[in-house]
Amino acid sequence: MSAPILSVEGLIAGYEPGLPIVNGASMHAARGEIVALLGPNGAGKSTLIKAIAGLMKVSAGAVTFDGADITRLPAHKRIGVGLAFTPQTENVFAAMSVEDNLKLAAGLLAKADRPARTEAMFSTFPDLARQRGLLAGRLSGGQRQMLAIARALIVGPKALMLDEPSAGLSPKFVDMVFGKLAEIRAGGVTIVLVEQNTRAALALADRAYVLVQGRNRRDGPAKVLRDDPDIAALYLGGLETERAS
Amino acid sequence: MNPQVIVDGLLNGALIGLGAVGVTLTYSILRFANFAHGEFITFGAYATMLIAAGVSALVIGSGDGLGPFSISLALILSVPLSMALTAGLALALDSLLFARLRGKAESISVVMASFGASMAIRAGIEFAFTSRPAYFSRDLQIAKPLAFGLRATPDQMALLIVAPLLLIGVHLLLTRTQIGRSMRAVSENPALARVAGVDVEATIRLVWALGGALAAASGVMLGLLVQIRPFMGFDLLLPLFAAAILGGIGSAPGAFLGALIVGLGEAMTVQLVGAEWRAGVAFLVLIAVLLIRPSGIAGRPT
Repeated sequence: MSAPILSVEGLIAGYEPGLPIVNGASMHAARGEIVALLGPNGAGKSTLIKAIAGLMKVSAGAVTFDGADITRLPAHKRIGVGLAFTPQTENVFAAMSVEDNLKLAAGLLAKADRPARTEAMFSTFPDLARQRGLLAGRLSGGQRQMLAIARALIVGPKALMLDEPSAGLSPKFVDMVFGKLAEIRAGGVTIVLVEQNTRAALALADRAYVLVQGRNRRDGPAKVLRDDPDIAALYLGGLETERAS
Repeated sequence: MNPQVIVDGLLNGALIGLGAVGVTLTYSILRFANFAHGEFITFGAYATMLIAAGVSALVIGSGDGLGPFSISLALILSVPLSMALTAGLALALDSLLFARLRGKAESISVVMASFGASMAIRAGIEFAFTSRPAYFSRDLQIAKPLAFGLRATPDQMALLIVAPLLLIGVHLLLTRTQIGRSMRAVSENPALARVAGVDVEATIRLVWALGGALAAASGVMLGLLVQIRPFMGFDLLLPLFAAAILGGIGSAPGAFLGALIVGLGEAMTVQLVGAEWRAGVAFLVLIAVLLIRPSGIAGRPT
């Protein structure tokens, strides 16, 4: 296997000093891989992905991306090195139009490339093209997630990280969003996602990590974890847990 | 009712609007009510007066009113400079005071800090210029008839054109440019703005600069229409907040609309009820909005 594009070693991070939520977790993702971060509520998966995105105070450990140490790189510069992130809640600018959401993110591109990239996103996500003038806050949950992904992809990142892309979506939209993620990976983009929807995540991912109390508990190919009854029973609250809302 | 309230109300609304944009943007981005914003207005007026005096001393004749206006060439030249200086004051206050408290102190402490800054700047201005009112010009302005029985002085007519242009410019900046989109993004969700590649700290500095520059313009307007005195901006604070909250915190078009309503309301009160009730209008508007629709006209209910 080639050198991983993203690797996290012994990360300690949290909201308050001395109270780490991620407590020494490690993970890596190879180029073009889909990696899922799983675990029970409060396991620190969201905190871990936010720390990789630069939104959390990291007190120890290292994050390396595409050959460079980005542990201390300000969050707004990470998209510039090719690491994109979509948060779980409030993942779009609700008071801005769909088009303005994309134009804002396109600001990192050279001026001449912006219109073409914006149109490219609209052709990848035709639903958004039909609503380009609409305030993003008026989109349905599924369309909002699509806009969040389009916003992250517009600058052509090397890796896309998503915090619970299936949260709050009906099963139909979960399939749609995960179908898009498979297409995006086919385009060469590495994907790291945090998920509560274990079944869908393990169906999509190549590999997965199971975190418990901020530390690695298990990891391995998704196929193996999928068939492991311990995983289901102990850490994931049963594979039957479907979040359909 | 005398239709003249429309002229008075529009002028009043325009100068409140120029101040309220800064208040609404800093409020929505930094989550605190900046009581020192009134002093930006006062500072802008005094700075303009001082620079204009300097220019007219250097360039003979530049201090004379142009045509029918009391506004002189020296005054026009000094406005952009004073706007830049006031932007600098806002930036200095941010780096000396607010940036140090950001994320560390309770928001009420930041409000109190701004209150302290407001008193200090006001006292400084009073010390330097005394509390006696000052004027940009001693020229007497005669109101000229407009259409429909309305009358306005040449200065008022000029301001009725310039102020809306400035507000349209601000609106275009916020809606059509990358800087404006960044400001709106940071005001709605700083964390998401960061992951979208926006330098939040740099954007906050731009918001301070924009708010300061517009406050200076508001101060010049107030100085031309009424007078320049150390409390001029502080006394405008309530209408500013009423307009910003009525419009919906964070919304520049909302602040313009709110300013127009407060401005017209004040002008009508002066005519129908009496000038001593003028300040009550902003209070009434504020109470009504907070009771009926706390998110304001353009704000999203949360």
